[in-house]
Amino acid sequence: MDPYALKMLNAERRARRAAILVTDLGDGRDRIVREGDQVAGDLGAAVARAFRSGNSGSVEAEGRTFFLNAHLPQPRLVVIGAVHISQALAPMARIAGYPVEIIDPRTAFATPDRFPDVALHAEWPQDVLKRQPLDSYTALAAVTHDPKVDDFALKAALDANCFYIGALGSRKTHAKRVERLLALGATADQIARIHAPIGLDIGAASPAEIAVAVLAQAIHAFRSRGLDAKGAAA
Amino acid sequence: MENSVYLDEARDPLIIAEGWMKDGKDVAIATVVETWGSAPRPVGSHLVIDADGNFHGSVSGGCVEGAVVNEAIDVIDSGKARMLEFGVADETAWQVGLSCGGRIKVYVERLG
Repeated sequence: MDPYALKMLNAERRARRAAILVTDLGDGRDRIVREGDQVAGDLGAAVARAFRSGNSGSVEAEGRTFFLNAHLPQPRLVVIGAVHISQALAPMARIAGYPVEIIDPRTAFATPDRFPDVALHAEWPQDVLKRQPLDSYTALAAVTHDPKVDDFALKAALDANCFYIGALGSRKTHAKRVERLLALGATADQIARIHAPIGLDIGAASPAEIAVAVLAQAIHAFRSRGLDAKGAAA
Repeated sequence: MENSVYLDEARDPLIIAEGWMKDGKDVAIATVVETWGSAPRPVGSHLVIDADGNFHGSVSGGCVEGAVVNEAIDVIDSGKARMLEFGVADETAWQVGLSCGGRIKVYVERLG
């Protein structure tokens, strides 16, 4: 392995960015491909598949055998709001492979009693996100219904290009939210990425069913991320 | 699955390999490139080895690491990468094997 490739790969992994180490198993040459880098032909298609699935494996391309080792950051879910929906969402998401953190400055809501075995921050999103910034392998669900708590986190999620951003509230509530986010400096294109009302439309009626709808929407966003761009690049 | 969100740098084989390299050590990296049937570690898993035989990580559940370390020391000397294949102990030419009944292919290469 090329020492420079190893350094570059570790730097990407430390920064929670996706990278693939492509090794030619014939001559041992290797190189790092980062998400968004252009790779032509059959190898490019295989690289795009590996970024999407996170699966490593060998591929035949241009008469050679390449090994693609996909290093994807662990996707995670940050929930703004220690509410009833979050109580159901946290264990479900963890089981599905998405570790959860819950942020809510309202100490009456954010109690370990209500949220056993969950990383829980009874603090303002501003303070937590300063320490643990959002990134493109983080999903954010804002479910407090309270603009004072939700808005900053939503703007931060847009700026960090979170792979999924959802916000609880009716269409009417969301229309007002859009105005506030525009005032905070978000662009209309950015705001269009927010899923609101939150969750897939499965007719969810209870908090737990809404949690299922949110989790399914977040998984869909993760597994289909970058599809258009990658298709165009291949 | 442990699902840790951030790298566990003290136990991460590739981070350790980079540290060894900075310390001026000769290093080999072994990678699981293919598995068939029941295999203890998934494709892409790493074992990193230094010239003294110190190692971190795993390519199996401890079944074949000893053999991989020996091969890795040769690879460090020669600089030539090798592809190793391990199956059930009785059915292969290798002295060690996987008791779980699976087969794995391990690519061993020198760093630098």
